Amino acid sequence: MQGMQIEDDQNVPLLHMRDIEKVFPGVKALDGVDLDVRAGEVHCLLGQNGAGKSTMIKVLAGAHHHDAGTIEWMGEQVELDSPIQALELGIATMYQELDVVDGLTVAENIYLGHELARGGFSRRSEAAQRTREILHRLGHDEISPHQEVGHLSAAGKQIVSMARALSRDTKLIVMDEPSAVLDSEEVENLFRVTRELVSQGVAVIYISHRLEEIREVGDRITVLKDGQTVATNLDAKTTTTNELINYMTGRAIEYVFPERRADNHFEEAPVVLDVDNISDGERFKDVSFSVRAGEVVGLTGLIGAGRSEILESIYGARPRVSGEVRINDQKISPGSVTAAVRHGMGLCPEERKSQGLILEDAVYRNITLSTFQRTAKLGWLQEGQEREQARKQVTDLDVRPTDIHRTVRTLSGGNQQKVVLARWLLHNCKVLLLDEPSRGVDVGARTEVYRLIRDLADSGVAVVIVSSEVEEVLGLSDNVLVISEGKVVHTGPANQINEHQVLDLVMEGSVA
Amino acid sequence: MSSEHPNRRDAARDDAASGSDVPQNVDSQTGAGTMTEQEAAKVASRPFGTSAVARNSGLVVALALLCVVGFITGGERFADMDNVMTILRLAATIGVVSIGMTFVITGGGIDLSVGAVVALSSVWATTVSTQVMASDTHWTLLVLVAILVGAGAGLINGLLVSFGRIVPFIATLAMMASARGLAEIIANRQTQRIKYVPEFLDNVRGNFLGIPRLVWIFIFVAAVGWILLNRTTFGRRTVAVGGNPEAARLAGINVKRHTVWLYTLAGSSAGIGAVMLMSRTTTGSSTHGMMYELDAIAAVVIGGTLLSGGRGTIVGTVFGVVIFSTLSNVFTLNNLSSSAQAVTKGLIIVIAVLLQQRIAERGARRQVST
Repeated sequence: MQGMQIEDDQNVPLLHMRDIEKVFPGVKALDGVDLDVRAGEVHCLLGQNGAGKSTMIKVLAGAHHHDAGTIEWMGEQVELDSPIQALELGIATMYQELDVVDGLTVAENIYLGHELARGGFSRRSEAAQRTREILHRLGHDEISPHQEVGHLSAAGKQIVSMARALSRDTKLIVMDEPSAVLDSEEVENLFRVTRELVSQGVAVIYISHRLEEIREVGDRITVLKDGQTVATNLDAKTTTTNELINYMTGRAIEYVFPERRADNHFEEAPVVLDVDNISDGERFKDVSFSVRAGEVVGLTGLIGAGRSEILESIYGARPRVSGEVRINDQKISPGSVTAAVRHGMGLCPEERKSQGLILEDAVYRNITLSTFQRTAKLGWLQEGQEREQARKQVTDLDVRPTDIHRTVRTLSGGNQQKVVLARWLLHNCKVLLLDEPSRGVDVGARTEVYRLIRDLADSGVAVVIVSSEVEEVLGLSDNVLVISEGKVVHTGPANQINEHQVLDLVMEGSVA
Repeated sequence: MSSEHPNRRDAARDDAASGSDVPQNVDSQTGAGTMTEQEAAKVASRPFGTSAVARNSGLVVALALLCVVGFITGGERFADMDNVMTILRLAATIGVVSIGMTFVITGGGIDLSVGAVVALSSVWATTVSTQVMASDTHWTLLVLVAILVGAGAGLINGLLVSFGRIVPFIATLAMMASARGLAEIIANRQTQRIKYVPEFLDNVRGNFLGIPRLVWIFIFVAAVGWILLNRTTFGRRTVAVGGNPEAARLAGINVKRHTVWLYTLAGSSAGIGAVMLMSRTTTGSSTHGMMYELDAIAAVVIGGTLLSGGRGTIVGTVFGVVIFSTLSNVFTLNNLSSSAQAVTKGLIIVIAVLLQQRIAERGARRQVST
């Protein structure tokens, strides 16, 4: 694209959405959204969960049809009735839940829906060649076009998703929380690629909860709240955090990690969880640590370092080949979640929706999922009691809406996380393993989730946290383990190490 | 940066906290606004209760329509009490098998072997009673053998699915083929008459309180099934395992063991079905229970149980079975061919599933999309 053209495009925005409304039965998801995006800019869309960002991009992707308002594309009014139409105009969307097909190869995924073919026969070598070019443009030569996508990491899948967007003549790429599944190194690469695309005249709509990222990569910001545009044309570099948060919330949010309660002397408490030299023979080796009652231990490191695998293995959800896990000096047999849960362990898994919840089932049944068998008398469910327990948890944890009969699918990310936490609170667990506790949880709800975790620890639970956000681990934990390539490279108190040092450790570990 | 103050994430955010003078009138949790959230909650609350009633009322209407057609075309002959009992007696055997199937499907599986297991159970039972212990066989032995054989076949299915990690469709397809084959081998492809244990026929056939004993068995099995699914931990586990096996596993439910139980249950109900079929036909045969698996799946599905698992209804299954049985009766009374009957059956399945999807979509549209 030539420079002149970009000049022109700045007068007529590439995309201009005006007064967009979208009503779902019972909910007005969008209530007058305005958005203009210029060619060659990174336009950031900010807003809390439930502000309407996802609905907005679904309208833009042609997945939802808006009920009122107009969409202008390069100065002409258009109707986006189907995803194909949006793609043909040059609008590509990278969804938060990466929509790649695991069973197909990288090249097949990239050309899915617009396969290169002649007379019904696919031109595989040409597809592979072009795929290689696109991957090169993205700086990921190490991914082979013939690799099966199911074997790639989340970051790899995201690259495939982006490559797919580029395989068409795309003028606008919508990225919905692209950094959520990436570690800091990969985020840097994402930014590099984004800048490159923008310099070629492509526009990017960038959605993220992380303000630091927006500041680094964004040009302009539009803020949504309650389905409306509350601020637009904000300069991404100079607008203060204070101002942005005020726009987003209408109230200021204290984004603070709660302090440990003064009477929590975990140092003197007995060791509850003892992990002794465990290896899974594949992803991690000789991991040892112990957690006392009331202590929070954090595991950090790059994505793919084996953090989640360690948690799963302790929990019995993943086999281990050597080592021992003990709770209060009792050995937990490897590979048995049932045994772990019986001994008082609980896990809030990384993928809340696919691993943590029965989405179509009621809130109360999700809360009592680990306890209904204990509550039951001789195999008879005590539903009244269960509902009472669930109601108490819903009140205590402030889950909204409070209706315990509602399907859990309809709850926001933060509230879904609370439902999983409520399950383990009800279970009275002695050891709680948390994998990415704040993923998909908006800024306001995060503080609440942090508070809950801290309260749990203060009440004597041994807590283990895994998170990609180093600051989160450092802020929440008493002691920290830094993991690199399946090995513990550092153990120590959280207040004696900072983010920079953690990254240094991780980089050093990955030299080999 | 945070070595001094590990609990402070960001100084700027602290400023945001203290520097704000915006009144706290917006709740971050309700997102799209308190009013609409409450409205949505009202619409989406108790989705189970209301939609279950809605689904079952659809089945009641369908059955009523069939009865009206039956009455118009068959008149007295249709409404006759004996005919009604015939309908129910026909429904009873496949009904019992369908109750077991409801559990497997609710638990996220499928069992294609039930028809073949009915045949195997019947042949095994008649062989044991008539050939092995001829004269002094107690009639309950026949019943016991049939149910145990069914349970055994189900157990194998369950082990293959759980521990062999074979997809249910294939594992039970294999059982379907081999159980039928084994039945043929045992029976030497001959129909075996039950003649040495007349007490069996006396006890299982006939009426009790004016209702065929077979129908009583169906009522009993359905009632036990309903209680099991709705009131026990077994039922809750079934729904959880079918709804999201990974979440159930990580919550501490022994998914593999439960899956074994589910298939064993389905096999046992096929065994009970074999007992009922033996009494009705007074024979054991390797051709018994042909296509029962498909009839059972059809009844379960039109009843409203999700084929993908996670939601099951015993009442719906009972309706499904009775609807098909009535349909078949109406066609027979009108001297219509079984081929026409099959076509109609297919249509009913499609219509029922289409209607269910409508209901499901309506449910989905209620949900807050963010």
